[in-house]
Amino acid sequence: MTDTDEYRGVWTIAETAGGRVARVGFELLARGRLLAEKRGTELTAVVMGSGVGEEDLAELIQRGADVVLLVEAAELEHFLVEPFAACLAGLIRRHKPEIVIAGATTSGRTLMPYVAVKVRAGLTADCTGLDIDAETGGLLQTRPAIGGNIMATIKTPTARPQMATVRPRSTRPPERDAGRKGKIVREEPPAKLTSRVRRVEFIPAADVHTLGEADIVVSAGRGIKKSDNLPLVYKLAEALDAAVGASRDVVDRGWLSYPHQVGLSGKTVSPRLYVACGISGAIQHLAGMQTAEAIVAINSDPDAQIFRVADIGIVGDLFEVLPVLTEKIRQRKIDKG
Amino acid sequence: MRIAVPIKQVPETGAVKMDEATGTMIREGVEAIVNPLDLYGLELAIRLREAGGADDVVAISMGPPMAERAIREAVAMGCDRGVLISDRAFAGSDTWATSYVLAAAIRKLGGFELVICGERATDGDTGQVGPGIASFLDLPVVTYVSKVRGLEAGRIIVERLVEDGQEVLEAELPAVLTVVKAIGDPRLPTLRGKQKARKVEVPRWTPADLDVEAENLGLSGSPTRVVKIFRPTVARECEKLQVSDEASAQGAADRVVAFLREKNLL
Repeated sequence: MTDTDEYRGVWTIAETAGGRVARVGFELLARGRLLAEKRGTELTAVVMGSGVGEEDLAELIQRGADVVLLVEAAELEHFLVEPFAACLAGLIRRHKPEIVIAGATTSGRTLMPYVAVKVRAGLTADCTGLDIDAETGGLLQTRPAIGGNIMATIKTPTARPQMATVRPRSTRPPERDAGRKGKIVREEPPAKLTSRVRRVEFIPAADVHTLGEADIVVSAGRGIKKSDNLPLVYKLAEALDAAVGASRDVVDRGWLSYPHQVGLSGKTVSPRLYVACGISGAIQHLAGMQTAEAIVAINSDPDAQIFRVADIGIVGDLFEVLPVLTEKIRQRKIDKG
Repeated sequence: MRIAVPIKQVPETGAVKMDEATGTMIREGVEAIVNPLDLYGLELAIRLREAGGADDVVAISMGPPMAERAIREAVAMGCDRGVLISDRAFAGSDTWATSYVLAAAIRKLGGFELVICGERATDGDTGQVGPGIASFLDLPVVTYVSKVRGLEAGRIIVERLVEDGQEVLEAELPAVLTVVKAIGDPRLPTLRGKQKARKVEVPRWTPADLDVEAENLGLSGSPTRVVKIFRPTVARECEKLQVSDEASAQGAADRVVAFLREKNLL
């Protein structure tokens, strides 16, 4: 059995790409800060990469890290599971953190289970809530399961560290405090960083707003009446930096292509915000989007099914509502700079 | 070449009940299906065999005795055979303990060049077991594979779907892959497949058949525990705003902007 008291400190993984710390690395500091304070311990941001900019390391401290633990090697330029897992497992064995949190990204969701097996840690995926159990001091991890039908709170009674992944964009990075002090500690990577997988090339996505991974989705339904009215929806999507989805009606009519279709026969999405424009809310559509964190629906029919799953429902003419809403969102973004 | 495809039998979503005391799912009385995302793993394995890249595709599942049906369905689709790992000792396994047992079964079967998993199961939704199996077997893993470009003498070239595009990766075999839907639509069982599935013998393995430590099995071998289950607040209180003119449109838009700010979305 693990002596849990031997393990101290909260770690967050700051992913890097091309020598820059990704946004999710700063977001995780918000989660980590809360946990570190409740545990009365230090928050460490772990950076594994190659040629990571000093400015980004300083920013991790300014946004809440007490320590930045940096491992650099040419083999860590891009994510490959073996060298990254060798580094992280080595750091965990050496420093014994009690909690390790990473983003639920394609690399985080690969690295964490690989490492959890190696160090016999408890790992929980896609947590929406992280807290400390007042009684035991252990990590309480809350996550949705079974298509969002159920929430489960999970803990790791004796194994350490307690590991979790958290969805990107589920928190904001803490505010930057230029006067905040912390230290950057460089560690050597393991002597031999081998990988049986080689990166041959990278093909950037033409449209980064692929529906499935989008944080915000704005969808069009039959209420838009004809394809000529699509720009109204696109303008709102642009203002929100969102991907564009569609109901099956819209796709069947050829107004948008199949990759845009949300629902049982299309894509299941679980964005932070779903805006349904002129969508009635057939069961098959609801099944593809009802796990969104926030839902705003605009429909002229006050009895439309979509309002059953919406947080805010605007009962009205979308041709009247969308331009006003788009303009206000745009204005708000400009005001904020 | 031999390919293993770990699959999971899952409840048809929508009809799920939980045991509040143990925090585990009650599977009795709920229609059980092969995890829909595992069908993509089966499809790729069968395609590779058809293309001459494999000659033995084995479906492996850990679950209750009724999960034998999942194995037969995999055979009906085109797998050569399957193994069911089933015993009370495995009950309550989390992803760590599940990966441990599946890895032990793959090791026992032996001779695998590829292990192909679905992206995740639709009940647990973790996506952790594929990389976990790779880690226990000490093999490289490539997750989110959307396309196989080539399979030849000891290596596989695949495309991996990531947030901002597609990586092209070359992996030495043996390796573990997890696949996404873009890999290709799963086929339906054929009549011949169904006939074979009815007759095929599905061995059932218990801890005694595997090189495993009892202390690593089931609930007691699992590092994590579900301590509470609750219903999310799905019944959203829809705040309805009536828009009939310019002024009410302005008001509604202001309310939405305020809501988005509360939610940290703006």
